[in-house]
Amino acid sequence: MASKPRTLYEKIWDAHVVERRGDGTSLVYIDRHLVHEVTSPQAFEALRVSGRKVRRPDLTLAVPDHNLPTTPRLDAQGNRIPIADVQSAAQLEALEANAPAFGIRYIDASAAEQGIVHVIGPEQGFSLPGSTIVCGDSHTASHGGLGALAFGIGTSEVEHVLATQTLLLTQSKSMEVRVTGELSPGVTPKDLVMHIIGVVGTAGGTGHVIEYRGDAFEQMSIEGRLTVCNMSIEAGARAGLIAPDDSVFSYLKGRPMAPKGADWDKALAWWKTLHTDEGASFDKSVEVDASSIEPTVTWGTSPEDVAPIGGKVPAPEDFTDPSKQDAVRASLEYMGLTPGQLLAEVRVENIFIGSCTNSRIEDLRAAAAVLKGRRKASNVKWAIVVPGSGLVKRQAEEEGLDKIFVDAGLEWREPGCSACLGMNPDKVPAGERCASTSNRNFVGRQGPGSRTHLVSPAMAAAAAVTGHLTDVRKLPATE
Amino acid sequence: MDKLVEAHGRAIPLGRKNVDTDLIIPARWLKTITREGLGQGAFETLRTEPENIFDREEFTAAPILIAGDNFGCGSSREHAAWALLDMGIRAVIAPSFSDIFSGNAFKNGILTVVLPQDQVDRLLEVAATDPISIDLEHQTVTTPFQDRFTFEIDPFRKNCLMQGLDEVGLTLAREESITEHETRRAAQMPWLAKGNTNRHGETA
Repeated sequence: MASKPRTLYEKIWDAHVVERRGDGTSLVYIDRHLVHEVTSPQAFEALRVSGRKVRRPDLTLAVPDHNLPTTPRLDAQGNRIPIADVQSAAQLEALEANAPAFGIRYIDASAAEQGIVHVIGPEQGFSLPGSTIVCGDSHTASHGGLGALAFGIGTSEVEHVLATQTLLLTQSKSMEVRVTGELSPGVTPKDLVMHIIGVVGTAGGTGHVIEYRGDAFEQMSIEGRLTVCNMSIEAGARAGLIAPDDSVFSYLKGRPMAPKGADWDKALAWWKTLHTDEGASFDKSVEVDASSIEPTVTWGTSPEDVAPIGGKVPAPEDFTDPSKQDAVRASLEYMGLTPGQLLAEVRVENIFIGSCTNSRIEDLRAAAAVLKGRRKASNVKWAIVVPGSGLVKRQAEEEGLDKIFVDAGLEWREPGCSACLGMNPDKVPAGERCASTSNRNFVGRQGPGSRTHLVSPAMAAAAAVTGHLTDVRKLPATE
Repeated sequence: MDKLVEAHGRAIPLGRKNVDTDLIIPARWLKTITREGLGQGAFETLRTEPENIFDREEFTAAPILIAGDNFGCGSSREHAAWALLDMGIRAVIAPSFSDIFSGNAFKNGILTVVLPQDQVDRLLEVAATDPISIDLEHQTVTTPFQDRFTFEIDPFRKNCLMQGLDEVGLTLAREESITEHETRRAAQMPWLAKGNTNRHGETA
């Protein structure tokens, strides 16, 4: 007799429950733990104080990313260039000391494999379908693009995982985001996920794990799937998932930490069962028509504040909820925008192409395709391209993308979180705008007073060329 | 974690919706390697505004904060909870919270109280002039004006908060179950047990 139909989330959850407790929580096993320098020092310190050790250092991987400047890390003699910011340097030193002290594999700041945690997990084959993956970072949801149950945790939970390789969790509800139809040419996975956040709202996914379903995802590259799942947290969902398929399996095959030989065959057999069963039900369901989506930009200070590039800045009165009206009023004031203003006329002084959302090779290719043979506009003062990892950087250089960026007047940087979050030297000056491929347009996110417009890599490149938010599909042809 | 049985005193009537963790504690404050002192950076952006609510004398060291929907959305930074704790906040009342924030708050002995918007509105009104009391054992929020609102809380969280329990210690006591799961899984799904050691073909 067949068992009850289950969702993909339920299948992964069930496979990881160590024990169910009477109070409604479950002790859940964690297969992979990514550690970076910002949310780990206090966890290691707590272990030290209580005389506890890391249970499974072999399931843990540490890499610095948030604090690192994206300027060169080694001098001409190959010596490390010290980080000028004393506190950033101290945080990096803490991770460099804690990882070996607790037996954890550490990727050094100047290693070729260094990069943003959410870029290197998939890249190294550390992140695998059907696994549970955590990191002290809310964008851990990214790894759901491979069919992993991946979510961000706080530092106390980092400590809990280090000490026990488990977490005490309450099972989330399940939410289906069904995407029908196909994305039009020039419309990317970033546009799709921003549109979805606009539909669901920043709290719409709270308490849920989202599974993205529909033909659009079957056609989508792995990079695109990672981008979509990355921003699940911006819809309030702790995790986002896409069922793994042959594209995922071929992406992973041969990666350094991916299974090999007989393990691979065994893994593949299980991975192929990882999909939502026919007849399984979701607690919540949302449908989105991909074919109607245009290149999308944000105008406000919440990721749900999205509009098609052909649209206008909304007015507070366009919203029915009085508290949303207040929020819109405050957002427009902060952003320096006027209701009715055409979004395509909003001038930008800064361009950031990077972050765990959009710094993979496909993202850089998309930006380079727009920038090839073009120059950035004169009103664009600062434009940087920050690859997600040293390996992405190397690949891009082999393809000559770095040259395209530099010829267009953009800076080609070292890998890291960069201007996504204003805790390293890459910041947007107060009162200035940035067309940014990152994930959050919160007040002060890219630096105090910074004004962020979230866009796709191709749209960021188009904005660099024209100096204002621009529909990439309308750029005049070059040559 | 310090135990929490009740919170009584002035409540900061912030009211605002979608208070993200960047707003609670901006990224530049995340460069610390300790948990202390983050109260100085708490709500830094809002505090630059003249006559902001946080710097009013009557709300100094207030133990309660009242906010709108989706409090604590955004980044997973536990620094947000540490910053609130350092300000003296032991309970936050809102119609809804982000999942990660409420977990972080709880692990630091901060109670998150979910109440419907109309009750939150009433508390915002009272908080402007008078104190508020939260009784965790009876799961109630009361005011000096006979308002009495009850709230739900996960029994596990309630117990941990009331006793100040160390969750890591509790889980370590389940060592046998964890090892059993690990052993079974290593046989069924050997590739998952190998983690980062696959790289050199080592076995775990």
